[in-house]
Amino acid sequence: MTGTLGFRAAAPGSQPDNDSPDYGSTRLRHPTQPLLRFAHTITEATGPRFSPAQFPPLADMSTVDGKAALGERIIVHGRVTDEDGRPVPQTMIELWQANAAGRYHHPGDQHDAPLDPHFRGAGRVFTDAEGWYRFVSIKPGAYPWRNHPNAWRPNHIHYSLFGAGFATRLITQMYFPGDPLLPLDPVYNAVPDPAHRQRLVAMFDLAATQPDWALGYRFDIVLRGPAATPMENAGPEHEA
Amino acid sequence: MTPATAAQTIGPYWHLIDDPALADLTRFGAAGTRLVLAGRLLDGDGAPVADACVELWQASPAADERFPGYGRCATGADGGFRFVTLKPGPVPGRGNTLQAPHLALNILARGILTRLYTRAYFAGEALNATDPLLALVEDPARRASLVASPDGPDGWRLDIRLQGPGESVFIEI
Repeated sequence: MTGTLGFRAAAPGSQPDNDSPDYGSTRLRHPTQPLLRFAHTITEATGPRFSPAQFPPLADMSTVDGKAALGERIIVHGRVTDEDGRPVPQTMIELWQANAAGRYHHPGDQHDAPLDPHFRGAGRVFTDAEGWYRFVSIKPGAYPWRNHPNAWRPNHIHYSLFGAGFATRLITQMYFPGDPLLPLDPVYNAVPDPAHRQRLVAMFDLAATQPDWALGYRFDIVLRGPAATPMENAGPEHEA
Repeated sequence: MTPATAAQTIGPYWHLIDDPALADLTRFGAAGTRLVLAGRLLDGDGAPVADACVELWQASPAADERFPGYGRCATGADGGFRFVTLKPGPVPGRGNTLQAPHLALNILARGILTRLYTRAYFAGEALNATDPLLALVEDPARRASLVASPDGPDGWRLDIRLQGPGESVFIEI
């Protein structure tokens, strides 16, 4: 339909397969039938809008009621662009993570590690006009899980992004450079192409590091880009 | 061109960003025909998926200050989810086609690395017969997995099965 061209299909090897046997929870939760191929319509090409007025930003997760959380304070910043390098402005990013000891402020997490009364582990920021975002937190700890004997999740921060349409929705995780658990992690390893996997690892950023206060990391995110420009659009049906 | 960043699972602790109010799209007082969509999310053993995030998006009625068009609901111990929203109308499809009224649904959960996308249509809608997406699903039993059944005056029911017998149709997005 006019003005609704949809978004590009995933590049080969860039996205994890839901049938990833090394990650045990996928076993009963992945469809066995092929996905139905259907070119994007207005339903997939449009998406929700969120405003800071309705969803107030929470850009500092490192304190609760003015009291500092335990752990290594970090500053995470980066840019959200589409696949053509265009900034994704004013888009909401939701964040959640474990505390420095590797425990989530969540009733389902029974890991034998302390909760921190000054850390809740949920944040929300919006990108600016050029797609930049920034938040302050503490470095999340690694934690055990039951996927396989002696399994530990690498340090990570969960990200939720929306972008321009329902098709650009992205839930992902940011990892930390040099983590020895990364090569052992079936969630991280589920991304087939190592080059795309590596893009989930933030870079240490000395320029973003604040002297005597916090280490800086940079994590850029790419959301899907438009399938074609109107000029190139010979026939949307052919995109299916 | 740089391909989109890889998806990762939402995991079991995503409720840290949840707000149960998001499951009611009428909370800002939007006017229209009220619609309740409820169902259960089941895994390949038919067991409830109790830690999932179900997301809803609808292009009709168009989102505005009083109608967000977007909802989010955590599944309960029985795998149940429930949205309160407004009944969608038909929307344009590709070319000169018209799509039957439908809701878009994302399924996100531990064990799901890339979100699963499906739609909820409504039994008895005349336009279902010519809907371009439903037309692609030849097996009537599979097609039925995309169609909610009436359940009370403004209620609709659609169970979503991730795998196995009665597996829902999931759509490439």
